[in-house]
Amino acid sequence: METNQYLEVFIDESKEHLQSINDQLLRLEKNPQDLSIVNEIFRSAHTLKGMSATMGYQDLSNLTHKMENVLDAVRNEKVKVDEGILDVVFDSVDDLEAMVIDISEGGSGERNVERVVELLRTIENGGGEAALVSESAASRKAESTPVLSVDEYTKAALEQSSELGKNNYQIKVELREDCLLKAARVYMVFEILEQAGDVIKSSPSVEALENEEFETSFHVLLVTEDSSEDIEEQIKKVSEIESVHVDLYQVSEERKEESNPLQKEMAPQEKPLQKEEKDGKQVGNKTIRINIDRLDALMNLFEELVIDRGRLEQISDDLKHTELRETVERMTRISGDLQSIILNMRMVPVEQVFNRFPRMVRQLSKDLNKKIDLSVVGAETELDRTVIDEIGDPLVHLIRNAIDHGIEGPEEREAKGKPATGKLELKAYHSGNHVFIEITDDGGGIARDKVVQKAVNNRVVTDEQAASMTDSQVYDLIMESGFSTADTISDVSGRGVGLDVVKSTIESLGGNISVDSIPDEGSVFSIQLPLTLSIISVMLVEVQKEKYAVPLSSIIETAIVKKEEIMHAHNKKVIDFRGKVVPLVFLKDVLSVPEELEEEDYYSVVIVRKGEKMAALVVNSFIGQQEVVLKSLGDYLSGAFAISGATILGDGQVALILDSNALIK
Amino acid sequence: MAEDNKKLKVIVFQINDEEYTVPVDLVGSIERMMPITRVPGTKSFVKGVLNLRGVVTPVIDLRERFGIEEVNDTDATRIITVQIHEINVGLIVDAANDVLDLEEESIEPPPEVVGTVEAEYIQGVSKREQRLFILLNLEKVLAKDDVHELNELYV
Repeated sequence: METNQYLEVFIDESKEHLQSINDQLLRLEKNPQDLSIVNEIFRSAHTLKGMSATMGYQDLSNLTHKMENVLDAVRNEKVKVDEGILDVVFDSVDDLEAMVIDISEGGSGERNVERVVELLRTIENGGGEAALVSESAASRKAESTPVLSVDEYTKAALEQSSELGKNNYQIKVELREDCLLKAARVYMVFEILEQAGDVIKSSPSVEALENEEFETSFHVLLVTEDSSEDIEEQIKKVSEIESVHVDLYQVSEERKEESNPLQKEMAPQEKPLQKEEKDGKQVGNKTIRINIDRLDALMNLFEELVIDRGRLEQISDDLKHTELRETVERMTRISGDLQSIILNMRMVPVEQVFNRFPRMVRQLSKDLNKKIDLSVVGAETELDRTVIDEIGDPLVHLIRNAIDHGIEGPEEREAKGKPATGKLELKAYHSGNHVFIEITDDGGGIARDKVVQKAVNNRVVTDEQAASMTDSQVYDLIMESGFSTADTISDVSGRGVGLDVVKSTIESLGGNISVDSIPDEGSVFSIQLPLTLSIISVMLVEVQKEKYAVPLSSIIETAIVKKEEIMHAHNKKVIDFRGKVVPLVFLKDVLSVPEELEEEDYYSVVIVRKGEKMAALVVNSFIGQQEVVLKSLGDYLSGAFAISGATILGDGQVALILDSNALIK
Repeated sequence: MAEDNKKLKVIVFQINDEEYTVPVDLVGSIERMMPITRVPGTKSFVKGVLNLRGVVTPVIDLRERFGIEEVNDTDATRIITVQIHEINVGLIVDAANDVLDLEEESIEPPPEVVGTVEAEYIQGVSKREQRLFILLNLEKVLAKDDVHELNELYV
């Protein structure tokens, strides 16, 4: 069956619908009276059901159906929304998610959901007989505009046609339950009908039919000269049709509706187009889906272009040819614009990561008997897709951490004179070339003593070291490897992987993380991430005869210092930089560069920073600032000291990118 | 009859006067020498990285890896890029001169002493028409454990 090509779309959209159901359920929990939310949920569930049935995932569609029944009962005010119901619905959404994930991993989407189904049924029954009776009616109700009502204009046309001796038929076509390509069958049926006569109207509308927004049956109003038997016979030739009923249509019986002359235009002359299936509210959003791989391919090609651009710039500089230089400058500008567009295309809102957290927080607060109010700020902030992909797990960890260790139980909070409900804020914002994500809780904060004690016990630091550490240095300890603050190991956190994993993940993304905390007032975990990972601005320097690139983001400034200005402290060479003592780091020693140049009377230094700390990297000369494409050193050499990657320069040579964080202690 | 014997297609290259082989499906390309950027903090047999058509590829000198004395590059010096377990590495060899079909039956386990190369890098040997081919154990040759010299900060 050629359903494969739809599978990807199906999975994507199912995930979207499940997410929206999740979001709406959370809203509903806060406003249980608001039935419009139930309608939203119902709509998503309904679409999901339709889609999964189309794709042949019966379990998925059955469970959605059961869930829909409950929602329907809620909507018709037969059942009142309470926590019990929401829990069950949440559970079933979990099951649905698991099924969709299974499908996306190539599974059949089958899953034992008896328990949830049972629970759903109980709710549904408890909510009144009506909901039960409408096993299938419930869904049909969703699109149950009165079957084939016609407006004045159409009615006139129908009357006229009967006067001409034509027959008006109301045809009910029922597709087989397991029909896979409903839209295709509909199209075939319509083609037959079009040949036999004129299709006046259909229910659901032609558009809905093409989008497969219907159960298994639909009605069509047809004007034709043929007999009802002929029509029935022809339609039955289409495969996967369960049954066809052709009845004479009685014009006079119909209710009158407001006229809608557009109705005619909806006849199915147009081919079943691949319509962008979007929620009604998002109509007008001019977007297309693009496979990520294609964007990656585009990015790769562009990276090649950036390398050649660097080369061209160099050649034109060498040749000093005016026209060539002008052309190259123009090209540089254009490719700069192109670069920002391509980078922008890869940007996705952090919402994609954030939107699973409300649900998680709800569950965690239930499990831990804590009351937590989560607020999300700046979910629209955009980040490169590669960063988004990686940032999810660290954030989950930090949030779990904040809820488990940070925020206290309601009694404890009240005893401290704080509101029983703890506050957790997830905030994202742009600043310069970075995106910041902050996780703030108003819990107990980090206990310095405990951290120090643990760090000493676990031999992360010595007693003496600990005594001289500032608070923020102490807080940073909790992210060192070999450290876990959990007093008791709970199910939520403290499974052996600690914050050090979070830290290393974030650092591998070129970002960093810091903690701040005030006892009994709460803590803030602040993550700084680069906007993009693939193209960065660097300062090219020469160390002896070797070229290295220092990321601009870590550079404060460059300077030239005379040898006399160098001072000694603790056996180390330092300089006085704007009133601060900054240690000198001789790159030629650190990187064991073969010495080829003679010592000069002054040092060229690049002052870099890591948080509060600074270092002055001694180089031989500055080459200049450049945009370069970040490339990995390859698996074989990964983990090289003080090297975060490599890049290819204009002359085709490889230059290494320094990891200045590793050079600052 | 020959069809019954499984054949192993290999690239033959030289170090000193010995002939080594690697399976052809592990080989990406054979390149002439090109500029190599040194990577600090690695063992001396790691010569550095080079730009292989836009891909940054590490290069190791097989002579040094095997503990054979260094010689200057010649016109015949080649870099053979191999890929194994997602690891992409270029091998500097004295010359790469042949593609051969070795019959798998003819491959014998390495004798105690074969030339100058430590036995752990050798998978087997194959004799043919007075020539001895040494099959390299690339996994051992490219073991990651002993690549880095220092990982400690000494500022």
